[in-house]
Amino acid sequence: MRDAPILERLEVLADAAKYDASCASSGTAKKNSLGGKGIGSTEGMGICHAYAPDGRCISLLKILLTNQCIFDCHYCINRKSSHVRRARFTPQEVADLTIAFYRRNYIEGLFLSSGIVKSSNHTMEQLIETARILREDYDFRGYIHLKTIPEADAELVHQAGLYADRVSINVELPTDAGLTRLAPDKDGRQIEGAMGGLKEAIVEAKDARRRFRHAPRFAPAGQSTQMIVGADAASDADIVGKASRLYDNFRLRRVYYSAFSPIPDASAVLPLKRPPLIREHRLYQSDWLMRFYGYQPGEVMQATGPDGNLPLDIDPKLAWALKFRETFPLDVNRAPREMLLRVPGLGVTAVNRLIAARRHRALRLDDVARLTVSITKVRPFICTIDWRPTLLTDRADLRALLAPRQEQLELFAA
Amino acid sequence: MSSARPAADLAPHYAVSLPAPDDFDAWRDAARQAIQCGIPPERLAWLEPGTTSDLFGTAGTPLPTPPPDAPAVRASKPFLAIARDAALHSDPARFDALYALLWRLQANPQAMEDKADPHVRRVEEWAKAVRRDSHKMHAFVRFRAVSVTDNAAMVDDGQHYVAWFEPDHHIVRANAGFFVRRFANMRWSILTPRGSLHWDGETLSEGPPAQRSDAPGGDPTEDLWRSYYASIFNPARLKVGAMLKEMPRKYWKNLPEAELIPQLIAGAQAREAVMVAAGEQSFGDRPRSATEIAAGSARCRACPIGSLGTQAVPGEGPLDARLMIIGEQPGDQEDIAGRPFVGPAGQVLDRHLAAAGIARDAVYLTNAVKHFKYVPRGKRRLNQTPTAKEIDICRWWLDAERSVVRPPLVLALGASAARGLLGRTASIARERGRAHMLDDGSELWITAHPSYLLRLEGEAQAREDAAFAADLAAVAQRLRTLESAG
Repeated sequence: MRDAPILERLEVLADAAKYDASCASSGTAKKNSLGGKGIGSTEGMGICHAYAPDGRCISLLKILLTNQCIFDCHYCINRKSSHVRRARFTPQEVADLTIAFYRRNYIEGLFLSSGIVKSSNHTMEQLIETARILREDYDFRGYIHLKTIPEADAELVHQAGLYADRVSINVELPTDAGLTRLAPDKDGRQIEGAMGGLKEAIVEAKDARRRFRHAPRFAPAGQSTQMIVGADAASDADIVGKASRLYDNFRLRRVYYSAFSPIPDASAVLPLKRPPLIREHRLYQSDWLMRFYGYQPGEVMQATGPDGNLPLDIDPKLAWALKFRETFPLDVNRAPREMLLRVPGLGVTAVNRLIAARRHRALRLDDVARLTVSITKVRPFICTIDWRPTLLTDRADLRALLAPRQEQLELFAA
Repeated sequence: MSSARPAADLAPHYAVSLPAPDDFDAWRDAARQAIQCGIPPERLAWLEPGTTSDLFGTAGTPLPTPPPDAPAVRASKPFLAIARDAALHSDPARFDALYALLWRLQANPQAMEDKADPHVRRVEEWAKAVRRDSHKMHAFVRFRAVSVTDNAAMVDDGQHYVAWFEPDHHIVRANAGFFVRRFANMRWSILTPRGSLHWDGETLSEGPPAQRSDAPGGDPTEDLWRSYYASIFNPARLKVGAMLKEMPRKYWKNLPEAELIPQLIAGAQAREAVMVAAGEQSFGDRPRSATEIAAGSARCRACPIGSLGTQAVPGEGPLDARLMIIGEQPGDQEDIAGRPFVGPAGQVLDRHLAAAGIARDAVYLTNAVKHFKYVPRGKRRLNQTPTAKEIDICRWWLDAERSVVRPPLVLALGASAARGLLGRTASIARERGRAHMLDDGSELWITAHPSYLLRLEGEAQAREDAAFAADLAAVAQRLRTLESAG
């Protein structure tokens, strides 16, 4: 398919890239094209230029350089033994496509990944060449996310970080056993080694820029990773544990979860049943709890059920609150910020507003209602000067009262 | 400070005409002057261009010159940050509200921190709406390339990029900087009904409001973009609601990729044969009450049964029933009566319910399919079994009923009903007599349909009758256990 029209190859290579969950373009260094020769800017906040009917944001041109691969990972549609159509782009073609899309304001930049062709090093060189054309030939100042191949030489991985805003290496599966079984060509230790190398480089570059204004930037948007959920037997507790270790060890910006979705031409080793999409959502919520709400990984794990999984019908914060009811109700007029953050239904913004508002007057339930999305959800867990939930927190059926009555439509259950 | 001033000064009504609807600086200068003159909010009208008469029906007096000893006007940083955005909102009351808030700030500099205050909230909501509109402008402006001949001076590819965008608020000028910084070395224009922006690579100029027809038609690169959009979408994870939340329909007409959305959704559904909610887009939001379900299912034409001229038969029974019994579809008599289980099969069911000690009026009775499917034979209407697809489509309504009633125990009569709950074809012989967990945590029991008993004779009938009775007895027993457990 090398000489097929660009439109056809784009179909194949975008289709192959859609199993990567990340499309973030935020959190990088500010830059713009004033005074340059080309186009492009990043101003901190990511921009979603479109949304697909799967509800996901389209921020970047997310494609593979090629979907040919010498590896045989069972969960992957591009594995060697799969019978998908193969195609490849040259680095120049990808760079031109990126610029054409960027000029029309379709995208924030490029997210480039690739199957492994010839060798890991060769593939890494091709990825880097694409980024080099964009940055040097076109003076492109938009966002670039390069998927990094852990098996490639450290020198090449380092070069990728000099062009890219973000680099990422997928840990793929939450347990080593799963990795051995489903991705026989990959090595968990090598993956984590490469992530460690990137972390060092990111920290060093940050440090250098603090002292020398013109020190080169290295992946200013940091590194992220992705884990597949539901392809092996790992429970949510395993996944949360793994994610928190990754955050701690490698200072990751994000851990993405990708619910294993049935891929065409699936390998026989895979489970037939796909995990409910809501599971992925619950994991993201637990991720949020750890990153923004001050929960320790152990506390999130306390919210899991006896099978080690988070409940699907209610969010993990509510699950935790129901399990530790003795903590509630909290007085919104007195409780410290870190405790208010634990009230189901109160987000970071709402808590900040409550704290600002309570300096001015004693809050009533109406005041809280104005600052929150749903007072019904919050009410059983708080006190105000005119409200006490009296017996509500002790009710055995509190969970049923608060669980959303509308169950998620499982479109592809059965 | 107003109390320090003699009342006579406050008597006249004043009016300030702003040069442009988004001119925050003009508002700020005038507001500062008005505060220094001690003009309270109710005596000051703010006029946008195009509005001639003020609220008092008389032309207001221009602002007086503030006294030389007037104190400095106090405006906190948070106020200025929010006011700058809120001033761009399309609500005509915004300038009055901002002035009223600034007036209050003079006496209480911390007024903005009281986030629970309704006036502060309103201004914050305006600012939020404006920021969202700006964000959507950054996201959804779509340039189309037009070739220009005199491109000698341009550093770019000799193209002029032109976009058409329809903002909700007066945000165009405020966002010019974003596009200049991003597309510094490109010749572009953004046309909107609120004015237009032009950048030639060096200077920015503003133009009058434009019309959609002023913008160019097509761009071949849009085919590539549409192809990318269609390919990056994962049909195994349809979440139309999540898409609509961030990309509401009002933006679709100016997005080249949006024309693909209906066919992508339809295609995703076709791919999965056992799609439960066939056509989420045609059903809209899930109904939340029995009335909505009855009204919605009566109108439903999602499958051919809906067009047979029969009425939809809604479920019947208490909305807090502990047991829901689900049949296949209404029959001839049910269709005439508009109530479930009133025909011959209903009588068999009644007899068995009584024998098992289950009160019919404590049970919620309904059907997997809401309309009667039949073929006419002379004057009679012969019952036709609904197809698996029709049951799957109608599951939308059954699921809605289950989410309203939330019975802990569900009894499916026959294979059609079982399919309506499980989404797969179940074998009655193999799956009867035991509990199946449904994904909402309720328990499903499966048994034969009473009409099956009516079609049998002799020994076979006696055997099936006994099996049916045994299934009902088991359900009755389970119901008692659940009730005693609370």
